[in-house]
Parts: sequence; structure tokens; C-alpha cells
Amino acid sequence: MKKQIYSVLVENRSGVLCKVAGLFSRRCFNIDSLAVGETEIGDVSRMTIVSSGDERTIEQIEKQLNKKLDVIKVKTFEEQQCISRELMLIKVKYNKGNRRDITELCDIMKAQIVDMSKHYMMIQVCDTPERIKVMLSLLQSVSVVEVARTGTLALSKCMEQED
Amino acid sequence: MIGADAIVKCLEAEGVTTVFGYPGVAICPFYNSILNSDIRTVLIRTEQNAAHAASGMARLTGKPGVCAVTSGPGATNLITGIATAFADSIPLICITGQVNSELLGSDVFQEADITGAAESFVKYSYLVRDAEEIPRIFKEAFHIANTGRKGPVLIDIPIDVQNAVCNKFKYPEEVSLRTYKPTVKGNMAQIKKVIKGLEKAKRPLICAGGGVLIGEAEHKLREFAEKHNIPVVSTMMGIGAMPTRHPLYFGMVGNNGRAYANRAMNESDMLLMVGARVADRAVNQPEVITRNKVLVHMDVDPAEIGKNAGPTIPLVGDVGHIFDDLLAEEFETDSAEWLETLAQYRASMPIKRNPNPKYVDPAKFITMLSESMKDDAVYVADVGQNQIWSCTYHIVKNGRFLTSGGMGTMGYSIPAAMGAKAACMDRQVIAVCGDGSFQMSMMELATMRQHKIPVKIIVLKNGYLGMVREYQHYTYKDNYSVVDLSGSPDLEKLAAAYDLPFLRLENMEKAQETIDAFLKDDGSVLLECVIDPMDLVK
Repeated sequence: MKKQIYSVLVENRSGVLCKVAGLFSRRCFNIDSLAVGETEIGDVSRMTIVSSGDERTIEQIEKQLNKKLDVIKVKTFEEQQCISRELMLIKVKYNKGNRRDITELCDIMKAQIVDMSKHYMMIQVCDTPERIKVMLSLLQSVSVVEVARTGTLALSKCMEQED
Repeated sequence: MIGADAIVKCLEAEGVTTVFGYPGVAICPFYNSILNSDIRTVLIRTEQNAAHAASGMARLTGKPGVCAVTSGPGATNLITGIATAFADSIPLICITGQVNSELLGSDVFQEADITGAAESFVKYSYLVRDAEEIPRIFKEAFHIANTGRKGPVLIDIPIDVQNAVCNKFKYPEEVSLRTYKPTVKGNMAQIKKVIKGLEKAKRPLICAGGGVLIGEAEHKLREFAEKHNIPVVSTMMGIGAMPTRHPLYFGMVGNNGRAYANRAMNESDMLLMVGARVADRAVNQPEVITRNKVLVHMDVDPAEIGKNAGPTIPLVGDVGHIFDDLLAEEFETDSAEWLETLAQYRASMPIKRNPNPKYVDPAKFITMLSESMKDDAVYVADVGQNQIWSCTYHIVKNGRFLTSGGMGTMGYSIPAAMGAKAACMDRQVIAVCGDGSFQMSMMELATMRQHKIPVKIIVLKNGYLGMVREYQHYTYKDNYSVVDLSGSPDLEKLAAAYDLPFLRLENMEKAQETIDAFLKDDGSVLLECVIDPMDLVK
């Protein structure tokens, strides 16, 4: 199983997300994560899809995406060819005993505490998918209440010349 | 002008001659506007068959077939027909009425999310929100349906959009779609590789798929095969790409195909898959056709290449263009020995059948029928045992063989034959079905009568859902479950109810004279052939 990131420019129209997601489910392709947002061009959105599969599946996903008429362009890259980031919000329950540990962990992991009440705090992490995973596992000892993640966003690394 | 008028104008601009459909309130503005046009409307008796009829028409004309039905159940009934066309890459324009735009999403009477429901069976779909967009959308839809890998396009039009004023009607001459530019010309470097391979090959073989016919490239394929003496086999959808008795043609491949055709596939050292999907019924073990040979996969859809079998030489493009390029190059091939071997295989591997003399032998009957049919006749096979017998024993001369290959939709033959006949009234069109598939579409006898579309129908009657019975015979040791068709109507009485001439053939004794009577004039006839209920295709 290989991990692959698909950066897909699509027409910014209603129903397009459904068509792309439907393609993955119909053909039994995995979606590890999917993030959608507008781009610098008003009528174009970018979907960043992380998927995994064998060589043939990876190739089929790209070909099937290209077949969709609302898909403008498909770029694929492996993790080392791009800069990828994910944003995660984690709500944890803290107590006097572990509050310092949590804040220390946040310092080390460059995470921020963005909200707080008497017993709960919310931590924001924006980092590589790899480090997001690390952060989440480090927080397992604390009682995690809720987690929200954006899924991976990625763009290919800056080149001398961009097309 | 209102939106509905604009739709009709678009169809006229595309040269549409016939619309198959079924009205309901949500599509009534369109059916009102079409009264002012020369476009013929055919009232089909169930929506699914509107798509099949449009499919039959599309396959004969090479242009998208058009069907128009109402919202809700009309639209959902159409889905099987759309899926059938999609599986076989048949270009269709499917127009569905829709409830008022303002009510969309509120589950009102006869509302169905048809663009959502049909998403995985259409090449593309539109939900029209503004009447002024109708010309652009129709222009795009016809272009999308009939270029690249062809397929059905759905246009869902709310009733208020059909009734809205459309002032600026101008049918566009060009389409501009930034996301859709199918590859037409094959890559020359790849074509050169194919030629190099063919020069070296000792056992070259072409496997023709449905894409050859849909791409209207059968004559070019024939010319190429003849020029270089390359033998040809076909998939079920490719039947008719070569005349059955052409010395270079070696039959249909696959688990229902000819043993010598499969042997040719396995033993070839250079295999050109042309416009074929390499799907399970044609190529049971894709790994076999990639072993010990150079596999060239030519297809207009890049996603088909490598989907089921990894080719040595992928070649994306329109098959007609690729054959033009291949024909323009001069090179030598040597296949004399290979052709001899294949001829030997063909002679030594006949199908062994042991027909019951009390009944009609479908094998012999179908061959006799095809011998008597006109040179350019259209033979439409349904789905079931009848389809396999048709594939195996029908002899295509210079006509067409139509069937539902990918989806295997029962009931396809009668409406598709109607569409084919309506497209080419001067050609002989024969639908061959079983008693199961006949009963799935027998309501269309009324359509045939009403609209004077004289299709000739043969029902191979064995009182069973034969293909399933055969499966249960082999898999469940004759434990038959839900395959008994007793209760079927008396076909003679049924024919009389529709003023349809009727013939019955009970055994082979009077086969030729019955066939002659059946084919005598151009009118509709229903011919019932009594088949041994226990007859098997294998």
C-alpha cells in the first residue's frame, strides 16, 4: 500500500464534491482525508485527497478523476514532494496534576491553547500530518473530549519555475 | 420563445429526427412545444424502453439517441436504460422533466433527485436552472455524449425553466469546455512501436471490441487486417466488426465464446485489444493475456488502459484515427503459418451439441435464419441463453449485431430493435429474445403498432429463465429456484390482440419454410420457436 496525495482542481459548482466522493466510494478507493476550499480563481476549487492503494489503484484514481468532466486538473505527489499541513483542534479535560504537562507538551509541539474553561482547554495544532499523529498519541494519557481535523492540505514544493 | 421551445430548437439544430418518451406534467411544456416541430415523437410504454429505443437508434445512426420523460418515477424508471447505455458507451441525450425550481429539495409530488441518482451511470448531467442556458447546455451535452468515449448525458429541466422566457436563443457553433478534451489522435511514437512489434510478431491477433463499431472504424479495421493478414477475434460487443465468415475472423472470445478464439488469444505473441475493456466475461484471466506476449491496448478512454490488464504498449485515441495512421505506414508482416494453425484449431474444435429432435434446435435455427436474412440486416439479441446462442450461431454478413453487453439488461431487444428500425426503415430488423426477456418488453407491441415500426420478433420459448436455470443446473444440481415461467401468455392470442401476424415453429422440420414466411415481407411478425426446456448453451 502506497500513500498518494491528489491535488485536484475542480469547477466550483454544486454537486462536484458529491461526484468526486461518489467516484471513490463506487470504485472502492480509500479516502484517508479530503479537504476542499476555494482557490485564487473564483470558479475553481481545490480538493486535496489523500488516498492509498497498490500501484494500479493509485493510477486508476488519477485516471478516473481525470475522466470527470468537472475536474480541471489532477496533480499527484508523494509526501516528500510537497509541503503538507493539517490543522487539528483538540478539546481535553485537565486537572491541577496534568495542566503543566499539557502546556509543556504544547510548547514542545508548537501547539497553542486557544480556549480554556475551569476544567477544559482547547489546543490548536497546525503541522505535518506526521506530527499531528504524534501530538494526538502524546495526548492519549490526558482525557481527550473531542477532536476535529481538517485533513491534509498540500501543495507541491516551490520550483525555480512554476507552470 | 420559452425554454421548452428552445429545447426543441436545440434538438432540431442537432438534426434529431425522433424522440422516444413518456410524458407527465413536469415535461408537458416540452411535449407541447415539440408539436410545432417535424421531430417525430414515439410514445413508449415504459420509460426504461425509451432509453433502449434511443440506444438502438444511436447505434445505427452514430448520433446520440434522444429520450424525454417526466420527473420522479418517469426519471427513475429511465435509470436502467441509462445504465445499459453507459455500460456499452452508447451516446444518449436523456431529458427529464423536474418539479418547479423553487420546490427542489422539498420532496414534493413526483420529485426525484435524478441527477444524483443517475450520477454513476452518466457521462455527465445537468440540472438546468436558467432557460437562457438551454442552448449552451444542449450544445455541450450532444458534444460530450458523442465524442471521446461516448455515453449518456442527462439533462434535468424543472418545469418553470421550460416555461420561462428565453429571449436570446442562439445555438452555439462551438463548445468550450476547459475540462474536456478527449484524445483523438494516437501518439505516433506508440504507433511506431506497434508497427515494430507487428513486424517481429509470429502470431499477431486483433481483438475487436464494441469501440470499433461505436467509433465507426469497422471498415478500417477490416482493411488493416486484410492488408497485413492479421487474424481477428472479437468480444460480444465487437461482433459484426468483421463479417462472421470472413477468412480472417475467428469468433467471439470469452467464457461464452469459441474455444478456438480463446486459444488464439492465449497463444498469440502480439495482441491488439481494440476498443475493448478487457472485462471479466471476455477475458476471464487478464494475467493470461499479458503473459508471453506484447499486449497493445488501444482505447479512446485512457482509464480503460491498464484497468484490468497492464499493456506493453498503451495507445490512447480514437480507433478510426489510429487505423488511419497504421494504414498509412508500409510494413511487412508474416502470419501465414499462424493463420494455418488457427484454421486448424477452428476445424478441430467444433461445438458439440446434441439437440433434441422434438424441439427447435436454436443453434441450427439461428444459423438458418441468418443465412436467409438480408445482407445488411440488423439482428438484436436479448439477454439470456438466447443471447449466447445468438452470439455463437448468428452469421453477420454486412449488417449489425446489437445486444446489451456490459449490463446484460433483459428486455433490451424489442425496444432497441424499434429504435434501429425507426432509424433505418429500409433495413430488416429482427429482435430475438427468450420468453423471459420478451415478457419484460412485450408492452412495446403497442408502440410498434401505434407508430408503425415493423420489427420482426422471435421468441425462443422454453418456459424457463433458461440462463439462470442452466446456472442452477450446474451449480445447484438442478435445484431450480424461481425460474419456472409457467403462467406466460399464449403468444398466438397475444399477437392477435395486437393485430400482429403470428408463426409457430415446434421442431426443425418446417424451419426453412417458417423462416421464409417470417422474412417474406417487411411487416411485423411474431415467431414463437419452441425450445427444449432442458437445452443448455454449454
